[in-house]
Amino acid sequence: MSIGHTLLGLLESGPRHGYDLKRAFDEKFGHDRPLHYGQVYSTMSRLLKHGLVEVDGIEAGGGPERKRYAITDAGITDVERWLATPEKPEEYLQSTLYTKVVLALLTHRDAADILDTQRSEHLRSMRILTDRKRKGDLADQLICDHALFHLEADLRWLELTAARLDKLREAVSR
Amino acid sequence: MNARPSPTTALPEALRAAPLNSKWSRDLAMGIRFAFTGGREGWIRMLLTAVGVGMGVALLLLTTAIPSALAVRHDRDEARLDYTYGPKRAKAANTLLISDSDTMYHGDAVRGRLVEPEGPRAPLAPGLSAYPAPGDMVVSAALKDLLGSAEGKVLRERLPYRITGTIGESGLVGARELAYYAGAKNLAPHIDGYHTARISKFGHPDGTTSSNSMDPVLILLILVVFAVLLMPVVVFIATAVRFGGERRDRRLAALRLVGADSRMTRRIAAGEALAGALVGLAFGTVFFLIARQLSGAIQVVGISVFPSYLNPSPALAALVAVTVPAAAVLVTLFALRGVVIEPLGVVRTAKPTRRRLWWRLLLPVGGLAALAPMIGQGRENGDFNPYLVIGGVLLLLVGVTTLLPWIVEAVVARLGRGGIAWQLAVRRLQLSSGSAARMVNGIAVAVAGAIAMQMLFAGIQGDYTKRTAQDTSRVQLQVNLSQGIDFLPAAAKFSATKGVRKVTALGSTELGDTNWRSGPHETVSLTVGTCQSLREMARLTSCRDGDAFVASGGGRDGSVTNLVRPGRTLHMDTINGTGRGGDAPWTVPAHLKPATAITGPNGLSDSSVLLTPAAVPERMSPLLRGAVYLSMDESTPDADEYVRNTAARIDPVADTIVWSATERSKQFDSIRTGTFAGAICVLALIGASLLVSQLEQLRERRKLLSSLVAFGTRRRTLSLSVLWQTAVPIALGLLLASTVGLTLGAVLLKMVGVTLGVDWASVLSLTGAGAAVVLTVTALSLPPLVRMMRPEGLRTE
Amino acid sequence: MTAPTGSLLTAEKLRKAYGPTVALDGAEFSIHPGEVVAVMGPSGSGKSTLLHCLAGIVPPDSGSIVYDGRELAGMSDAERSALRRSEFGFVFQFGQLVPELTCVENVALPLRLNGTSRKQAEKAALGWMERLEVDDLGGKRPGEVSGGQGQRVAVARALVTGPRVVFADEPTGALDSLNGERVMELLTDAARSANAAVVLVTHEARVAAYSDREIVVRDGRSRDMERAI
Repeated sequence: MSIGHTLLGLLESGPRHGYDLKRAFDEKFGHDRPLHYGQVYSTMSRLLKHGLVEVDGIEAGGGPERKRYAITDAGITDVERWLATPEKPEEYLQSTLYTKVVLALLTHRDAADILDTQRSEHLRSMRILTDRKRKGDLADQLICDHALFHLEADLRWLELTAARLDKLREAVSR
Repeated sequence: MNARPSPTTALPEALRAAPLNSKWSRDLAMGIRFAFTGGREGWIRMLLTAVGVGMGVALLLLTTAIPSALAVRHDRDEARLDYTYGPKRAKAANTLLISDSDTMYHGDAVRGRLVEPEGPRAPLAPGLSAYPAPGDMVVSAALKDLLGSAEGKVLRERLPYRITGTIGESGLVGARELAYYAGAKNLAPHIDGYHTARISKFGHPDGTTSSNSMDPVLILLILVVFAVLLMPVVVFIATAVRFGGERRDRRLAALRLVGADSRMTRRIAAGEALAGALVGLAFGTVFFLIARQLSGAIQVVGISVFPSYLNPSPALAALVAVTVPAAAVLVTLFALRGVVIEPLGVVRTAKPTRRRLWWRLLLPVGGLAALAPMIGQGRENGDFNPYLVIGGVLLLLVGVTTLLPWIVEAVVARLGRGGIAWQLAVRRLQLSSGSAARMVNGIAVAVAGAIAMQMLFAGIQGDYTKRTAQDTSRVQLQVNLSQGIDFLPAAAKFSATKGVRKVTALGSTELGDTNWRSGPHETVSLTVGTCQSLREMARLTSCRDGDAFVASGGGRDGSVTNLVRPGRTLHMDTINGTGRGGDAPWTVPAHLKPATAITGPNGLSDSSVLLTPAAVPERMSPLLRGAVYLSMDESTPDADEYVRNTAARIDPVADTIVWSATERSKQFDSIRTGTFAGAICVLALIGASLLVSQLEQLRERRKLLSSLVAFGTRRRTLSLSVLWQTAVPIALGLLLASTVGLTLGAVLLKMVGVTLGVDWASVLSLTGAGAAVVLTVTALSLPPLVRMMRPEGLRTE
Repeated sequence: MTAPTGSLLTAEKLRKAYGPTVALDGAEFSIHPGEVVAVMGPSGSGKSTLLHCLAGIVPPDSGSIVYDGRELAGMSDAERSALRRSEFGFVFQFGQLVPELTCVENVALPLRLNGTSRKQAEKAALGWMERLEVDDLGGKRPGEVSGGQGQRVAVARALVTGPRVVFADEPTGALDSLNGERVMELLTDAARSANAAVVLVTHEARVAAYSDREIVVRDGRSRDMERAI
């Protein structure tokens, strides 16, 4: 998943200090793998270079963690594009998708849209697999089925999430 | 899914708790509990069963009450009997003069009595507290209503007395009976041992009651009527306890899943049926009480009763109370014998063993065999064994219910080609011909029995109907006046009555060869009338008042030749009149003009002596009995009633007789109408149950119906298939019913020794009624069918 | 949205309520000849109602449905029934085969509704049953065949009239995956070779994977995923 886009998304709700960003990230997405400060700074400087964020102010006392970042219009567009782009269907992609959904909820975007787009992308893969299966031999069929079942599992998670969006919105905005 | 208390949780505990020997009561009780705790669906099913059983029970109770009702009627009628044929007695403190002034009004009989108590201890008629004064009358409630209504206007003219009271229930035989007692004066001279008499008490003169002994043929008829009406009721009750069977089976499967064995489930099912039957008994009692209350306002073929008459005999009522629930249990067990309830569902034994014909034929054949020995016994020595009669009739009728499933199966299996509606119906019937036949059984039995009945009535009626010699195109009404009433002026009054076209008034008596005290050996009749009237009796060459004729060439010609010789003294009839035993001699005049007898207005053509009024000696007039023959303008409404009014003015006790081509025995009419009405009631009852099972079946197929509509099936097609599905088994049922009915009818006719004749009208009307039931049921199931065909049925819940 | 060119069946701004329950609230749809479109969405979202409206089984409260240049809303019930008989085919989840009729009679039923003689109808029916590999079940009744076989019989029945649109509502809902996929393969193959469009209502992704594209229905609104991307 893209830490850059995630941090950008977190900035959309208002300018934040570096340590604020880390804390917000850990709280919402970090769970078992908290972000290192180093990751935050390197990411932020890359985003600064691309003009997606700007420095909003520096608190007295210096130190990189005292910098306050704000998202630029280009940054917002970038987040938008990222959210709208479905992930390539692959195993264990939930964490990215989850991030996207939560960010969408945080930024008051349509989270269901993200899921629909993803479903469509999954289905596209599944169609290709199904088609291959129909034309292939038994070995092909078995291989394709394996992939299909994994993709289906993703989609089940997706449907479940879609059905629980309202609850999730409540949880993340608390 | 509604959250109904699950039967499954209650079960294992119950399984452990019950000792083996009480498993029947335990399982039945559990079934009863399920019947009551089955949620809304369960309640509806139970209500249907209960109403069905209730209607049957009410009918049974009514039937058991009929014998007692008839007995009460008979007793009441005996108690108020005024025996006018008794010996002449002298006026005393305990005598009453009573005169029979019965009349008819708009086809209903009116019981009328003129009364004149002669002393303080004159017997009081039942239902009266005191006799009305002359010119007053005491009436029954029904007559009071009639006289007060617009419909009774014409009758009011006939009964011009002041109403001073009503007759109590004990003086009437039915709530709708029309009756009155009118106070009169000077009845004594009218005593004739026929219409008018002096009596000292009411009731049978010797204190006994008549045994009301009936014709053996009538008893046979009544036995058969009961058998015929009760059979379908029993069949119907059997059907009613099976309402909602499919749902119940599913619940039983759930019970099997938690460990009930198949015998237990059967007993539990029987318990559920028992619950319906018990509630049905309660319903039936209520229905019966309602019907009993209503019975006071109803009059069937001229007979009404008081609600208090309808008391079921306790033994029979107890029999009903025991038999109905027991039958419910047995029927359920019997119905489940072809069903295997498995834990995961219900399996109808896949291929039901092909129905065998031989034992099914055994029943009707046995019935015929039971009836056969009694063939040809006729009325004279007709001592029909009631057990054999009932047994034979029942076997034949039960034979319908056993034969029908076989016939339906055999015929339906051969039905093929046809439109889609036909195909759908036939295929459905092929799969479940048994349940189709079961639905129709009741109708078939009812129709078969009723056809046999009607045939018997039609056949016997020919016998019981007196062929009258009267020519109804010549005379439509005859008024018989009391002896001594001068009939000649009466003729003028009738001529002036509305609707009368022609009046022939004749007086008559008999002439004997000796004094009537010792009894004449030979008699000849004497008729008195104007020349015009006498020409109705004989061809006269010329006639003037004062002439006397002897008409010959008709019946009794020999007596005329023997007795009517000029100068011979003959003796007038003084026995049947008020001659009080004295002799009334009459000398045959010297110059009798010859005449030729023709058929008179009374239908007889006898040779006789004819006198014009001036030729009648003074002494003779009071001995003549006048009869007025009327030719009517039948287009005048109420003409008969006006004639009766005129007759009542001239002579309150005059008899007015309406002639018709054939005169029916009333008793038969009422039995016949009764059977027909009963058959219609039973058909309606069965129609209701058909409708219920039809709807249940449709509800189960809701999804299928919706999907058929989705791919474009016309509603008409589906409706038609529903019609065929009902019509085919019913057509077969009616066909079989007609065959069995006609056979049974023929056998019964043979038994009473009457020539065979098929009453096609009643066969047609009864099968027509059966067909009407089919159409009605189909018509009534169409709206729900259309509702179920809506696409909403496709939605998954 | 305007009807895309070449569209066989198009619906716009469909609205349908059952009492207070709004089933469709501005749904759109379009399908081309020979196309298989999956209608997906959570249960209660209005998928089945959309199918029922498109097939002319249920008239929508408002909105337009154009089939082959004809507006369905303007048709009488009889006309819509006739359309369903001749132009459309149907496969449902279960409970659609008449239990009393044999399988071949069930398949022949739509043809007979159109007035084809019994003999011809059953001959055509057997041909389709052969294609769906159930021709050996001809004389059996639906109660005597397995769920998968029954569903193939239902597919044969849906295709027997040579419909231009087949409506399938959860056609594999009651089947295991192997049977379900076989039914889907046979259905889509047969439909494509006959150039019939298939409207496939399903909540199963692996069933939807047999479609060319999908439409998602949520809260009575539809979303055409191909157009959205």
